[in-house]
Amino acid sequence: MGKNSLHVLKGIDFTVAEGEMVSIMGSSGSGKSTLLNILGILDEADQGTYTLDGTLIKNLNEKVAARYRNKFLGFIFQSFNLINYKSALDNVSMPLYYQGVKRNIRTEKAMHYLEKVGLADWASHLPSELSGGQKQRVAIARALASDPKVLLADEPTGALDTKTSYEVMELIQGINDEGKTILIVTHEDDIAHMTKRIVNLKDGLIIDDSAVKQVRAKTESYV
Amino acid sequence: MFNIERWQEIFEAIRKNKLRTFLTGLSVASGIFILVILLAIGQGMSNGVSKQFENDATNRISVWTNVTSVQYKGLNPGRIIEMDNRDYDLAVNKNTDKLALKSGVYSRWGQLTTYKKENGSYRVEGVNGDYQFLENETLVAGRYINQGDLNNFEKVAVIGNQIYLDLFQGKKAIGEYIDVAGIKFKVVGIYTDPGGEREETRLFIPLTTAQKVFNAGDKLRSLAFTLQKQDNYEEALAASEAFSAQLETDLKAKHTIAPTDNRAVNVNNTLENTKKFYDLNNMIRWFFWGVGICTIIAGVVGVSNIMLIIVKERTKEIGIRKAIGAQPWSIIGMILHESIFVTAIAGFVGLMFSMLLLQLVGPFIETEYIRNPSVNFSVAITTVVILVVAGAVAGFFPAYRAANIKPIEALRDE
Repeated sequence: MGKNSLHVLKGIDFTVAEGEMVSIMGSSGSGKSTLLNILGILDEADQGTYTLDGTLIKNLNEKVAARYRNKFLGFIFQSFNLINYKSALDNVSMPLYYQGVKRNIRTEKAMHYLEKVGLADWASHLPSELSGGQKQRVAIARALASDPKVLLADEPTGALDTKTSYEVMELIQGINDEGKTILIVTHEDDIAHMTKRIVNLKDGLIIDDSAVKQVRAKTESYV
Repeated sequence: MFNIERWQEIFEAIRKNKLRTFLTGLSVASGIFILVILLAIGQGMSNGVSKQFENDATNRISVWTNVTSVQYKGLNPGRIIEMDNRDYDLAVNKNTDKLALKSGVYSRWGQLTTYKKENGSYRVEGVNGDYQFLENETLVAGRYINQGDLNNFEKVAVIGNQIYLDLFQGKKAIGEYIDVAGIKFKVVGIYTDPGGEREETRLFIPLTTAQKVFNAGDKLRSLAFTLQKQDNYEEALAASEAFSAQLETDLKAKHTIAPTDNRAVNVNNTLENTKKFYDLNNMIRWFFWGVGICTIIAGVVGVSNIMLIIVKERTKEIGIRKAIGAQPWSIIGMILHESIFVTAIAGFVGLMFSMLLLQLVGPFIETEYIRNPSVNFSVAITTVVILVVAGAVAGFFPAYRAANIKPIEALRDE
């Protein structure tokens, strides 16, 4: 990845290879969320370059940005951000709707991803009928639905208790094992150590970037 | 527009947000409903007023006398002024070329009228043949009073439809004899009057006969005239006012009444009333249009308000949709599509309900002032379209704004 220079981010220069699992750490105000937003094409840097899968992301209009987001990226948020009047299945099939996939194929694919996160039985439930962990797993299924290159997770375990956090991390590790590139913003050490590389930010600068030995989030081992 | 996937998406949003949809729909439907009913009542009032003014010939000039209220040339106020045939002749001879219809009237209130076992108390008016048209009456059967009746003091009567119904109850009346104030009269005609029941409870007999049977000598209760037709309303009004003023002056001079006395002689000019009628009718129309437009504005504001709230409420959803790849126009389209769909359906529901109510109840509303309330269908459709378009425009700007905020900001919106 390229170079960014901003008031918040003052000199970020790093590259993530395909299949990596990186956590971005830092205290609040360090610019980690801004970095993630830029990586997610939700925000744009006013200087520097950002290349995603060989495509230079620069001066995109909303239309193209929306297409790239849909094609390259899957988002996982701290507050899940599910559409509350849609069932789990419909939430998962939403990115496919915007890809123009036909309804029956959409439903089939969405069901497949729900199965993958272990929520096939909950397909017709509304988000309000699911627990926090289940909601986050629906959100993960949704992020996967469009088969993106990169998963971006902003504090994916921030609203969950430890046990559920580990379950979610186990799921995310499994997805990474299948070859998806994953970036996680977090301020929790144990979560960061479940990734393969930790990037530490402070005041918009990378103060540390090192590979770590991945801790597998085996729920059983924790409990 | 005809994208089936889009429709499915919209129907799902509507199905899952029943309250929101219901409230939007209710405000639109009730707005249209109130508007249509209001316009219909306006039309009904207009009809009612028209009906009120249909009673008599629209250019009729009536003259009747009263007691004097001002002393004059040594005569005390309070003198009873009575007209007679000479007053009628004076007016007629002086204006032969101006007058179209003319009649002297001698009338008596509440005369007991009997046919076999049925009886009633009716007003009896002695008139001549012109009076049929002065009163704007239509004959249902038989004939009206003619010159022969007048010359020969015939005891014949033309009865109102209501009297016919009261006394004859649908049986043959022409040629039958009725008893009026103890004297037998032969029924020669039955008339209807646009003034309705009140105007149809009168019976007309020849003026000469009336003066004779009521021992009235040559006295007259009132005079009724119409003038020759003029080219336009202004000329007609001017001619009729000039004639009225002249007639009043002449009568006052003849009966020694102070020119300033405005009680002793009354000359009533219905043409002035006609103008009042046109003005009143216009006023009613403008009033209801004013109220209607205000109702539309209130409806538009209401719909706009709801659209703003809906978009506000959906800001986060918009952010989510954008984050997972929705393009701004697809979001705007979705919101507008939904709102137009809901407002249009609700608008037509309101329209149908109000039209149904008017169809069912309207014909039965026949009070003195409201008659057959109805509404122009194209006007109603136009108001629905206005409301739908207004809702769409009102929804567009917040939707456009929401679709253009950065998804990250929309997502932060809790």
